[in-house]
Order: sequence, then C-alpha cells, then structure tokens
Amino acid sequence: MPEPAAAAEDNRPYIIRAYGPDALRGALLRMFLIRNFEEAAEASYMRGLVHGTMHLSIGQEAVAVGACLGLTESDKITSTHRGHGHCIAKGADVGRMFAEFFGKETGYCRGRGGSMHIADPAKGNLGANGIVGGGLPIAVGSALSAKRLGTGAVTVCFFGDGANNEGAFHEALNMAAIWKLPVVFLCENNRYGMSTSTERSTAVPRVALRAAAYAMPGVTVDGNDISAVAEAVDAATARGRAGEGPSLVECLTYRWRGHSKSDRNRYRSREEIEAWMARDPIPRFAALLVAHGIMSEDEVRAAEAEAERVIEAGLEFARAGPDPSVADLTRDVYTTEAP
Amino acid sequence: MTTAGGGVRELSYAEALREAMDIALASDPRVILMGEDIGVYGGAFQVTGDLVHRYGEDRVIDTPISELGGAGVAIGAAMTGLRPIYEFQFSDFATLAMEQIVNQAAKIRYMLGGAVSVPVVMRFPAGSGTGAAAQHSQSLEAWFGHVPGLKVVQPSTPADAKGLLLAALEDPDPVLIFEHKLLYKMKGPVPEGHYTVPIGKAAIRRPGRDLCIVAGAIMVHRALEAAEALSAEGIEAEVIDLRSIRPIDRDTILDAVRRTGRLICVYEGVKTLGIGAEISAMVAESDAFDFLDAPIIRLGGAEAPIPYNPELEKAAVPQVPDIVAAARALAGGRL
Ligand SMILES: Cc1ncc(C[n+]2csc(CCOP(=O)(O)OP(=O)(O)O)c2C)c(N)n1
Ligand SMILES: [Mg+2]
Repeated sequence: MPEPAAAAEDNRPYIIRAYGPDALRGALLRMFLIRNFEEAAEASYMRGLVHGTMHLSIGQEAVAVGACLGLTESDKITSTHRGHGHCIAKGADVGRMFAEFFGKETGYCRGRGGSMHIADPAKGNLGANGIVGGGLPIAVGSALSAKRLGTGAVTVCFFGDGANNEGAFHEALNMAAIWKLPVVFLCENNRYGMSTSTERSTAVPRVALRAAAYAMPGVTVDGNDISAVAEAVDAATARGRAGEGPSLVECLTYRWRGHSKSDRNRYRSREEIEAWMARDPIPRFAALLVAHGIMSEDEVRAAEAEAERVIEAGLEFARAGPDPSVADLTRDVYTTEAP
Repeated sequence: MTTAGGGVRELSYAEALREAMDIALASDPRVILMGEDIGVYGGAFQVTGDLVHRYGEDRVIDTPISELGGAGVAIGAAMTGLRPIYEFQFSDFATLAMEQIVNQAAKIRYMLGGAVSVPVVMRFPAGSGTGAAAQHSQSLEAWFGHVPGLKVVQPSTPADAKGLLLAALEDPDPVLIFEHKLLYKMKGPVPEGHYTVPIGKAAIRRPGRDLCIVAGAIMVHRALEAAEALSAEGIEAEVIDLRSIRPIDRDTILDAVRRTGRLICVYEGVKTLGIGAEISAMVAESDAFDFLDAPIIRLGGAEAPIPYNPELEKAAVPQVPDIVAAARALAGGRL
C-alpha cells in the first residue's frame, strides 16, 4: 500500500512520493521479470516446448506493475487472456508459470489450464480468462464478497479495449455502481482487439468516457508511465476501500508483439510499432529511479541480471517437473468424486 | 435422505423451497439470494416470498435485468467466500448467461487444477403448461446435463425440492436446480428442520413388475397417474423419479430394466438428443440390454417450440394418455 502522502510542495512524481525505495526497486524488478518472462515464453514456443498459443504483454509492463503496486495479498485481481504480466505483478512464481506453459503437474493449474487460465488464488489472483470480458462479472462478485464479509479487500479487474464492447462489461459496471462495490475496472487500452482498432470498434473516443454511464469516475492515463498508473489506481482503490464504490481507469499502452502467434500484423504499420517501442516503459521507469537517487545505473543493470537469473531458474524448475498422468484426466472436474 | 427429526407438514413446492432458503439464511451468514424481483415483489413465482423482510436487502438482493452479469457476480462471490443462490426469473433466460454458467462456473475448478471451487446454486423455473409460449416455457436441463463440472437436479416433490436445495448449498460445486412451474403450487408432506436429499440418487415412486417408466419433474406425476390407470388394466408399471440428471443414477435405472424388461423414458425437453437418448444408450451399452423384452420407447417434447394455443401446448409435451398408450403397446406382447 502507498505510504502517507508527503508534503504538498513535494513535486516529485507520485510513485516516488508514495512508495519507499524497497517497493520501487521491487517494482522495477517485476517489470524486468515480466519482460524476460514473455521473451523466454516466446523462445520456448519457437522451440516447440509450448502447446497452443499465447498472448504476450511486452510493452505493457507498466500497467500490470503499476496497478498491483499498492495492492496487498488479500486484494484480488481478475485477469485476461493476456495475463502473464498481471500474474507476475501480483506475486506469482515464474517457475510454476513456466511449468503450466509446459503442461506440467507442477504448474499453477497442474497442466490443465495453460497460458490462458493461470491463477494464483493464494496471492489473490482469481485467474486469467479465455473469454473476452469473462472476468468482469466475476470481479464484481469478488467485490460483493469483500463488502459482505467485511474483508476490506479491493478487486482490480483487468480487461482490454476489446472487452469494453461486450455486454458483460456494461452489466458488471452497472452492478458494481448500484451496489457501491470496491472494484477498480482497469482497461488496458492497447489500441486493438486482435486486428480491430478502437476507432473501428468503439463509439466513444476514450473507454473511460463510458464510466459516466455508470456514475463512476473514469480517468485515462499514460499506461507506459508507471507513476501515472499507480497514482490513478491508488486513488481508485482508496475510493473503493472508503465504501464510495467502483472506478474505471483506462491505461493507454501498446502491445509490441502480434495478438497471438498467428498474427501477421496486417492492420498496423511498422512505423506505428516502432514509435511505441521508442516509448518503452521499463527504461523510462529505470531513468526515473536513477534521477531521484533511488537506484544507480549499476543497480538497474543488476536488477535486470537478477530477473534473468530468476527466469533461468524458473525454466529449469519447469522443465524438470513431471507430466500429469492420463489416469487423472477427470480429476478436479468436481471437488468430491461423483457418486 | 438425512433428517434432523421433527414433524412433517403439508407445504407447497414453492413454500418448501422458501423454507430451505430460510433455513440456510438463518444458519449460514455466507448465504445470499440474488435475482430479478426476488425482494419485495417476492419473485416472479413467489418462491422467495417475504424473505427480504426477514433478512434484508443486503442478503436478498434484487439484481438489475442482467442475467449474464448477475450469474457472473454470483460465481465470483462463490469463489471468494459467499454461498449465493441465484434465481433466474425463467429458465429460458439462462440462454443469456450461458457464458458464465458453461465457460466459467463449470470449468474454473478444472482449469485451475483444483485450486478453487465454485459453490454456487442456481434456480431455474422451467417447463410448459402456463400459456407463456416459446420463450418462457422451455425445458433446457439436458443442455446443462451435457456439461462436466455442473450438477443438475430436477425435484418433483415439495420434500425433494427442500432437501435438494439444502444439499446443493452443502455441495462445493455448481448445482443447477430446475423447478417445474406447474409444481410450485403442488402440496406434499415436508419434514421440518434441516435435511438433505442426496444429489445423484433417483427414487422409486411406485414399484411394478411389467415395465418401468423413468421420468423427471412434472412427468413423474403424469407417469404415476398413468401407472394408476394401467394398474386397473392389470399392467404394473414401476415409476422412477430421476431427481438428478447429472450425475444420473445409473444403478437404479439399470436395475429396474433388468427386473421389468421394458422401458419408457418420459421427459419434457425436446425428444431428439435429450435425456431419454442418454438413458436408452446407457441401457444399450450395459448388460441390462439382454433383459429387454421389447424396444425402448422415448416420449419427449415435440420437435417444435412450445406453442401458445392451449391444445397445441398440451400436444407439445407428453401427457398421461400418451404414457398409457405407450405402456399398453409395450406390454401388449406379454400380457
Ligand atoms: C467472447 C470472446 N470473443 C472472442 C474471443 C477471441 N479473442 C481473443 S482475444 C481477442 C481480442 C481481445 O482484445 P482486447 O480486449 O483489446 O485485449 P488484447 O488482446 O488487446 O489484450 C479476441 C477477439 C474470445 N476469446 N472470447
Ligand atoms: Mg486490446
């Protein structure tokens, strides 16, 4: 959770004012971890180690880490098909994530879920989702539990710009608003749902404008600026914890890679991709930390090397894991075996 | 049936369901009810009745007309510590919530390798006979019976309605209860206090030696009426009440086929690819097949939407004379 607000005349960026050095260093490490995780996942896919497709979030790391920075383990998130970053930002172990990719019994879902269903309930991650918009009503249910059971937890509901045109989005926002539930609807607007741009799919120029229809605050921030993401989400979680209801935070960002492994990038230009790659959120945050004396250049390089080590160890753990047994095909369909 | 003891009174099916919810709300603070107009209105079929006055709007929650979202909220709440009972105003509206029921509730536990359970209960007023026509009269239970991860029950008596609802609440997985609308006012003996009826166990409602009729929900009552008429003609029909279609009570059904050698499946859902097809195949694949003395007969819903006109509506689903005629044809060779 963010630390108490500093003096008013302090004009350093929000994230530097609100978080201590350990939290900030941890945030940078997590951004490196996500980037390295995605690159290693892609490489594993190329080498035929991953069955099925995957959706990479390279370029969007500041959204996941900024949104989860102020959350505690009892706070919940619901995630999407592009969920590796959310999972790591909420504290997941990359070894068990890789193990899931490789379909191993040691994976988060014992090899039953794969990339699109990784969840970590112990850390408050209720799961990625293969259905666009599928997590939105579930997040509202999680917030309803928090309110009724008085846990004080908030739920951050990640969804894409494409999901904001699903009926589930509108039903979920409306219910969260009428019941004043502690949810933050976190739109990762990366400009496209597969090939379809928001200009072609969405009647309003900003997803955040839709918040007005559900009488909740809606803000749009630079999703490649981790400080702006954290500031908007922390304000929204504070509002939720105070019993004032849900908020919508739209983070403008960009996915560097194709939608999934089948994408040939026919709907966007090389120039557009390169322009966004020049706005890489990771060096931007690293430069901020160096400028404010939180880390030295050497420490930044050390953090990157540390992330690489963790990823390497994770891959090793994953490769060593056992495959599930075919005899267990129908295990866990039900909690107790059918009579 | 596990009983807490106490007396037995006559209650309607709707009252029995309400009593089950009352017991659950009183004994378990995690239980909440959700649905459209289930508060002061009392529910479209007056099943929740006055519960909102006793447990308040925070626990008997009127939802907006948002079946997909409402079902999803119940599922998310079930994953995070509550025990929601979500009422669909009509089972037909489950079509708007298929995503959350089929892709989410049914699969979350499995997809997550057993890391969480989804203890949600959903109630569906189902079936024809009310003149509400094609979009308010369907029997869709077999659709859900096709989905691993769900449990689907279909109580035919007030006592079972209460006991199965209480069993559903104790079950750690999603349980869907299909309640036939024509049964809501039907009265029957209901034990007091808390008890459960096991999910997955059929009940023999009437023993018989000549043939067996396997039915669910309202069709159990039509089968019993038919059996009474048949008895007068010297044909003794056994009537089995399925109660649960997933899991289905294979043992009770196959045993009855072995004893009687003749089988009629009666169900209100559309005949083709329905519950009767499953039961017939189950018999054909087992040793009970060798005991059959005649072909199996399926009596199911017509290959048409439920029509409005009362005569057409009656003709669209099996009625007592249909069952009697089928039984006579089946028993004809032997008696
Ligand atoms: C209900 C549903 N419709 C379509 C799809 C196929 N699909 C998967 S991801 C995707 C695009 C989603 O776009 P967005 O919400 O913007 O997320 P992004 O991929 O950009 O992160 C589509 C169409 C799906 N999985 N679920
Ligand atoms: Mg998108």
